[in-house]
Amino acid sequence: MPQIEQLAATYSSQIFWLLVIFGLVFFVIGRGMVPKVMDTVAQRDKQISDDLAAAEAARADADKREEEWRQRENENRAQAQAVIADAKAQAASKTESKLASAQERVDARLAEAEARINAARDEAANEIQSVASEAAQDIVARLAGMNVAKQSATAAVKKALING
Amino acid sequence: MAAEQAKVDPMHQFTIEPILGSQNWEIAGYNIAFTNSALWMGLAAIALWLFVFGGMKRQLVPGRWQMAVESFTGFIDDMLEANIGKAGRKYVPYVFSLFMFILFANILGLLPVGLFGVHPFTFTSHFTVTGVLALLSFSIVLVVGFAKHGFRFFSLFIPHGTPVVMMPLIFFVELASFMVRPFSLALRLFVAMMAGHLLLEVLSSFVISGFNNGIGTSVIVVIPTFLLMIGICALELLVAGIQAYVFALLTSLYINDAENLH
Repeated sequence: MPQIEQLAATYSSQIFWLLVIFGLVFFVIGRGMVPKVMDTVAQRDKQISDDLAAAEAARADADKREEEWRQRENENRAQAQAVIADAKAQAASKTESKLASAQERVDARLAEAEARINAARDEAANEIQSVASEAAQDIVARLAGMNVAKQSATAAVKKALING
Repeated sequence: MAAEQAKVDPMHQFTIEPILGSQNWEIAGYNIAFTNSALWMGLAAIALWLFVFGGMKRQLVPGRWQMAVESFTGFIDDMLEANIGKAGRKYVPYVFSLFMFILFANILGLLPVGLFGVHPFTFTSHFTVTGVLALLSFSIVLVVGFAKHGFRFFSLFIPHGTPVVMMPLIFFVELASFMVRPFSLALRLFVAMMAGHLLLEVLSSFVISGFNNGIGTSVIVVIPTFLLMIGICALELLVAGIQAYVFALLTSLYINDAENLH
């Protein structure tokens, strides 16, 4: 077993070179390079968590904006609805008043026409009376050969007309 | 050579040989020859440096290589955080170096570079190496424990709810189990690596000598043994990872004792 046979001859060189080389490994690699590697990992982890936090914040912001937009949208919609209702009501009342004035005009014309008709009827009735009394005078004159006064003919016609 | 002798020395792979004519290098009377073991330590360190360097592009969206390096640092980081808590993060450089150095050493020792005439050497199969690493971890535990808790660190050896009568006995039992830690840490890795390489070498000697004995033994011995070797190679890759993981995990558990006592 060379480990034991050569122990006396080689232990010092083994220990010396191990300490030198492991010392180099420890100080150059362990102390010099490993912290940088771990630093890189830590930086990356930090960046990832920062990015995640930023994304989370952006999402919250977007949610907030959407909520605001929704609120504004609802307000606008309500406003629009109010405007529409208002316009409808205005239009309805305008239509109503127009209809009312038209009705009034029509009524007035109707009344006027009725009055005219009544007047014409009265006139016609009067004319019929005078024509009838003249005709009665004529008939009496021809049949009886006597002249009847206008007043008595008219009174007789009137009487006959009333008695029908 | 091996084929001519029809005999393979399975232990030869663990032999330490000075290279580049450095067998007489010395510091204060101690030999510090640059050996094949030191060479493979250097190779493991360079391979690890290249691996981590490839992951240093510091891109926000990592490539595959960067992802691999980051998953290793994240793995160690998670392990320390799970075992020690927030205070465990400051040990990431040490435990990462330990884990990756042992892992690269184990895997480099398994590379089939023997096909190209290079002799692979697994320095984690030497208890001089695993012992030093274990002692490093152990001394970190001691230093952290005493620096943080002072003499209260000794309360680690008396579990909660121990009856007063039992305290002296329990203290020594716990102290013994504590003092054994570096040995168990070192021996576990050393034995696992040595046993695996030994097994592969013994099986390969079956293949070689069986092949030299003619067609009959070839069919009966060589083919099953070779299939077994393929399976054991896969197992050894698993062991290479598991042993590195166990070493790092136990180190972090021991550091947890020092950081948080009970």
